[in-house]
Amino acid sequence: MGLAQNQTGDTVARMTISLTVNSARYTLDVSADRLLVDVLRDHLHMTGTHIGCDTSQCGACNVLIDGKAVKSCTVLAGQADGADITTIEGLAKEGTLHPMQAAFKDAHGLQCGFCTPGMVIAGIAIARRHGHDVDEKTIAHDLEGNLCRCTGYKNIVKAIKAGAAAGGGQ
Amino acid sequence: MSSFYRPETIIDATGFAKSGGDAAYLAGGHTLIPAMKSRLRDPDALIDLSGIDGLDTIFRDGDRLWIGAMTRHVDVQENETARDAIPALSSLAGLIGDPQVRNRGTLGGSVANNDPAADYPAAVLALDAVIETDHRQHDADDFFEGMFATALDEGELITRIGFRVPQAAAYAKFAHPASRYALVGVFVAKYAEGYRVAVTGAAAGVFRWTDAEAALNSGGSVEGLRLDSEDLNTDIHASAEYRAHLATVMLRRAMGDMK
Repeated sequence: MGLAQNQTGDTVARMTISLTVNSARYTLDVSADRLLVDVLRDHLHMTGTHIGCDTSQCGACNVLIDGKAVKSCTVLAGQADGADITTIEGLAKEGTLHPMQAAFKDAHGLQCGFCTPGMVIAGIAIARRHGHDVDEKTIAHDLEGNLCRCTGYKNIVKAIKAGAAAGGGQ
Repeated sequence: MSSFYRPETIIDATGFAKSGGDAAYLAGGHTLIPAMKSRLRDPDALIDLSGIDGLDTIFRDGDRLWIGAMTRHVDVQENETARDAIPALSSLAGLIGDPQVRNRGTLGGSVANNDPAADYPAAVLALDAVIETDHRQHDADDFFEGMFATALDEGELITRIGFRVPQAAAYAKFAHPASRYALVGVFVAKYAEGYRVAVTGAAAGVFRWTDAEAALNSGGSVEGLRLDSEDLNTDIHASAEYRAHLATVMLRRAMGDMK
């Protein structure tokens, strides 16, 4: 681990981390104070994971870490060393949308689309947790960590219900 | 931050903490990282505890339910041993933050931080817990020392917490609608020798509501009980008088949900 200066002139440790993102393995040299969401967006140029609030509230930065939905704005690069991460870019296979993505498209579960990557990841986690016949009340409750600034929740809940029924928990 | 460590043993972790400078243990990071982002904290070194094996086990031994300090909230919420022993504790874990936060946040992190509006301190205090660290044990009654303050020494590391299994217990909280922190939370635990009632969110730190304990122990009504609002917080979310009112309501709700 070496040292370097960040943009504000503070001395920051640099470290080498290895992580798997969407089944591909990466070894990166990063500042220890980088957030996982910045590693994904700025180092790996996977900009599907969004930064909405940067305060652990909105869920736009949700990714799956070792299969669990997590806010990537509140994970440091060093904590992600060795982790297996799935982002929104890793869901579609060979041009076919993941069932949860397809459900968001069919149910018009988005307006501006900014919160959508985090909503889809949250939806997958909800389907895994509650199964294919999860009800709308449970979905709405479990979306308490995701904000949609278009307030398009009604169709988001419908989309997750349809996505869960279509095997979106896989 | 000039160092980031991920030790594999408790001895290495405490060694890093004592090696000089302002070092902070990093558990789930869901308080520390936001505090660093808002420039409230700027530690020289972070010591990530996730590489240490054995800090996330849950088991029952006699009248104690032991939960490792690195156990995530979701695991306290879902673990069968925990649910069977103290269902109120598992329910409390399911009320913290949101599903993504519960996948990361830890018991030890919450207790060491002692946020005045956090949920776990109420359970630790009401459930007469033992807080075990790398070199000693603390009784819950002597552990919490007001806002963000505990009996932990510099570099002392919580390893696990032993909750005394009650005959019945319940937790009721009035959550801030955005943050899910407690505006007021009341944890009630019933033991053979009497009740223990702990209140979080209302004042500068978690505390035992001794008047409520006395009323419950004598079989009296809790309806007329009211905390002195002189001792409670006023902020943009709620006045001290409102918090005093909420405490009585949460106590009544908890008493109606004892199991």
